Amino acid sequence: MENFTPVSAIAGGLLIGLAATIALWANGRIVGISGILAGTLFPRHGDIAWRWLFLLGLLCGGLLYSLLTGQAAALELRASPGMTVVAGLLVGFGTRLGSGCTSGHGICGIARFSRRSFAATLTFIVAGIITVGILRHTSIELSL
Amino acid sequence: MSKPLIQSRLSILVAGSLFGLGLAVSGMTNPAKVIGFLDIAGDWDPSLILVMAAGLAVTVPAFHLVLRRSRPLFAHHFFLPERQDLDARLITGAALFGIGWGVAGFCPGPALTALLSLNGSVMLFVAAMVAGMLLHHLLLE
Repeated sequence: MENFTPVSAIAGGLLIGLAATIALWANGRIVGISGILAGTLFPRHGDIAWRWLFLLGLLCGGLLYSLLTGQAAALELRASPGMTVVAGLLVGFGTRLGSGCTSGHGICGIARFSRRSFAATLTFIVAGIITVGILRHTSIELSL
Repeated sequence: MSKPLIQSRLSILVAGSLFGLGLAVSGMTNPAKVIGFLDIAGDWDPSLILVMAAGLAVTVPAFHLVLRRSRPLFAHHFFLPERQDLDARLITGAALFGIGWGVAGFCPGPALTALLSLNGSVMLFVAAMVAGMLLHHLLLE
């Protein structure tokens, strides 16, 4: 476990929890990123400005990290372009079909003791583990 | 703009910024780190579990307190999902998402935050993710 970074993981998790709390306390909103993004693509009347502001905030947060630490956040995306497209399509389609992603189900839904969010979180973590297991530890190769 | 509207918009911008900062601090904007968590048969990196646990350590008690209020500070009511039933769409969708997550190591929040890098692969992922959402909208809504 040489890549384990417990201190930064906890610090980052606390910030994420604080962010989700502010959105609910101040605005009454659940911060599910996939839902917020989808709502900017298919807007309903009077339901859009907060979404763009939250997404703008994500970029501001990334920028703030670079300013505070003096370096860009690490980024190693090793999937080929073809597999990156497949992954993006699955993540976009799957999060809409499943009504949420890591933030909405994993952080906010579980905090509300939602059965649906418990089930979804367990499912996507297990599916992710199986996928990585197949791609990394079997001879099956998907070359796109 | 009225004062509550400005307060509401500022607070959501602050929430987004703290969320993005948290993702970057935790290392979750790096797909290799997420894959390190999903790779339990390899050199396992449990960091993601601590990110979720720390997030929940805040949201579980805080949401409980906040939801005892009759309304949020700057809105007329809370916007909460109400469904409780487990159905095939939920599980199928979560499974498809999990597969995509395992392939690239990106989920929506980190991918959007990482757009800041102007990295071509990140842009490709986000474009495909938006296309996947459009596809769902066209086919199933």
